[in-house]
Amino acid sequence: MKLPARLLRRGGGSSPRPGPEEVDTNPVSAPKQGRMSFSLNSTMESVGEVEAAADKLAEEAGLDEDERFRVTMAVREAAVNAVLHGNEYDPAKLIAVTLENTGGALVISIADQGRGLDPETIPDPLAPENLLRGTGRGIFLIRSFMDEVHFRQLHPGTELTLVKHLASAGEKT
Amino acid sequence: MALAIASREVDGVTVLDLSGRITLGEGSVQIRDAIRDLIGKGQKNVLLNLGDVNYIDSSGLGELVGAYTTCKNQGAALKLLKLTKKVHDLLQLTKLYTVFDIYDDEASAIASFK
Repeated sequence: MKLPARLLRRGGGSSPRPGPEEVDTNPVSAPKQGRMSFSLNSTMESVGEVEAAADKLAEEAGLDEDERFRVTMAVREAAVNAVLHGNEYDPAKLIAVTLENTGGALVISIADQGRGLDPETIPDPLAPENLLRGTGRGIFLIRSFMDEVHFRQLHPGTELTLVKHLASAGEKT
Repeated sequence: MALAIASREVDGVTVLDLSGRITLGEGSVQIRDAIRDLIGKGQKNVLLNLGDVNYIDSSGLGELVGAYTTCKNQGAALKLLKLTKKVHDLLQLTKLYTVFDIYDDEASAIASFK
């Protein structure tokens, strides 16, 4: 799997900062089945880079266009959550991203260094009283588009792990 | 691709032809500004043509809802025209399909404001 050169930088900036976890990246020679990790600044540009990396992962796994869209959008929503709601665009905080094709599934995890997110507290966006809210649909879309979604509380921060089973890809409508 | 918005008048209805992505940081603010501008000018009938919008995220959905409620609160009507399959599916998934008045055909949409 190949990534844009910008993704290869460690720590996401010109000056090294302590990241959520150490970076282990070897994307140039990585096979379709494999794993890569990187850290990025808390910017919308980073969201675009994570989205592009997820699209590449999904494409190389052979997902059809609809499934690629679902995976890419779910990952984008998770990245937006990490950058916007988790790290609140704080330049001192990073998001840590891992993309993996295990052969049987695509596993994408995105961790922020924010105050933490309790998924139980997110209102149901489909409830009639919430339909006209301007926010609150991101996690719902992630859950709708992926086969598994796991939340893990870090100290500080939240890690979301999204799983798409490759055998099931295309079965959802 | 960032969002482009073109405005035209058809029989007393302002049609905003949108093309590109409506996502956080790409297009959501443009829609908000365009709607506020129209409301400020006293326009009561707004039709958003989404025929060339191929991607919308949760923020973009929120922006459409915001445009809808802004118009409604000001006594104006906002309707949607020509959803792409992806946008259609998202509106259905999020039940926003039940909120908006949606048309496939522009003439029918324009006529519905009368």
